[in-house]
Amino acid sequence: MNVIIENFPLYVDGLLRTLQICAYGFVGSLVLGTILGAFRVSPVAPLRWVGTAWVTVFRNCPLTIVLFFCAFGLPEVGINGLYFWFGVTGLVLYTSAFVCEAVRSGINSVSPGQAEAARAVGLNFGQSLSSVIMPQAVRTVIPPLGSVIIAMIKNSAIVGAFGVGGDLFAVGQGLASAQGKAALPVLTGVALGYLVITIPGGLLLGILERKVAIAR
Amino acid sequence: MSTSILYDTPGPRSRRRTAIGSVVAGVAILAALALVVQQLAEQGQFDLELWSPWIDPTDEQFPAVWDLITEAAINTLTAAVLAMAFSLVIGTLLALSRITAAAWYRWIIVGVVELLRGIPVVIAIFFAARVLPQFGLDLPTLWYLVIGLTAYNSVIIAEIVRAGINSLPRGQREAAESLGLRRSQVLAQVLLPQAFRVMLPALISQLVVVLKDTSLGFIISYEETVNTAGIIIQNLRNPIQTYLIIAVLFIVVNYALSRLAVYIEYRLSRGKKSVSKKAEEATMSEAGTAGA
Repeated sequence: MNVIIENFPLYVDGLLRTLQICAYGFVGSLVLGTILGAFRVSPVAPLRWVGTAWVTVFRNCPLTIVLFFCAFGLPEVGINGLYFWFGVTGLVLYTSAFVCEAVRSGINSVSPGQAEAARAVGLNFGQSLSSVIMPQAVRTVIPPLGSVIIAMIKNSAIVGAFGVGGDLFAVGQGLASAQGKAALPVLTGVALGYLVITIPGGLLLGILERKVAIAR
Repeated sequence: MSTSILYDTPGPRSRRRTAIGSVVAGVAILAALALVVQQLAEQGQFDLELWSPWIDPTDEQFPAVWDLITEAAINTLTAAVLAMAFSLVIGTLLALSRITAAAWYRWIIVGVVELLRGIPVVIAIFFAARVLPQFGLDLPTLWYLVIGLTAYNSVIIAEIVRAGINSLPRGQREAAESLGLRRSQVLAQVLLPQAFRVMLPALISQLVVVLKDTSLGFIISYEETVNTAGIIIQNLRNPIQTYLIIAVLFIVVNYALSRLAVYIEYRLSRGKKSVSKKAEEATMSEAGTAGA
């Protein structure tokens, strides 16, 4: 276990880097996913098609391929940038499809009677959306959305495997492969690094779920 | 979408507005697509020499490329099927031992499940490939991938099985017990067969996840589809075309499996209303945890 203690600063850096990737991924996929979710329930048919196509493509395609596409495909068409941003882009593209589905199922889970009642008392579209439908939809969206975000945190390890320098996975890979340290303690340290994020995340999600749970 | 809860049945005015919106959105989307196509064309991505190894049977590389990718696809499927089979067996055992365990050691099982669920599957695979050889376990690369995938997916399946069993009406267990069946008989003959029916959609969805996760084999140089695509690209220098073909292959197979899951769910929900409703909730909560 000495390896972990000796390289502790390295692990902390890796953890911070992972959190950084996740923070960008979280914001990006939440924004993009919500927009796509809105597309999927919109009355405008072409927007629905875009949403459906997006979800079909990115939910059924391995993240690995999405990342390869971003890393090697984008430079081919003249888009250049840091590997880091290609990695984040891939993660956002992929995760947004799952966020979109969570948002859509949340909106669809609100019973039609609620919206009908809102219209019957004279609320217009914006009012019924903001004060009747969304407050209920958000509650149902939180549990699946939380799972999606935790899955995204774990998926960020794949971004790291693509050589986005210095995240937790890259730290482990570097220590185990390049420096030839014993793999067991090195990778146990990496696993612990992820557990530090995912287990409290799961507990937090559980608390949040109980807090927003509604009997329907 | 006609039954969307967000809108009333549209009247003439909002129908007109929707029509205008559709045209505007359609034009915008076509314009965006045209821009992408134009950009691709400018960079010469439609040059025949980049595509012909994939689509032109008369190209001299055509047979070799497709042979390689077929072999790789078989490797991918082998890994996925093996991992799924092992995960199913181990996951069921885990779930059963969690249900039947005495309180004093149940926490061990819960701990293992929570730990394995919390680490990324790519770490599990890397772990298997790096740590096992150091303990003298030299296996073909396939098995490291299968072990890594199994470690991660068996605990997910354990949760699916547990949710499936818990979703059954309590009367099933009570009736079986009052008939005098032993605990193992109650589980094996009454609860599990019903639970597996309920779980089938969730299990198929998990198969999709496993199939996608096999692509992580490239990290340990297992010759699956994505890895082989990389080798092809090194020779042909056509990343966009090759990854596009691979992506389409994955999407077609996974989409078919997802549709199958939806179809089975529909079939089940027609049969037993109450049971499958609960199972749907169980499936819903699992659907979000999709891996790579």
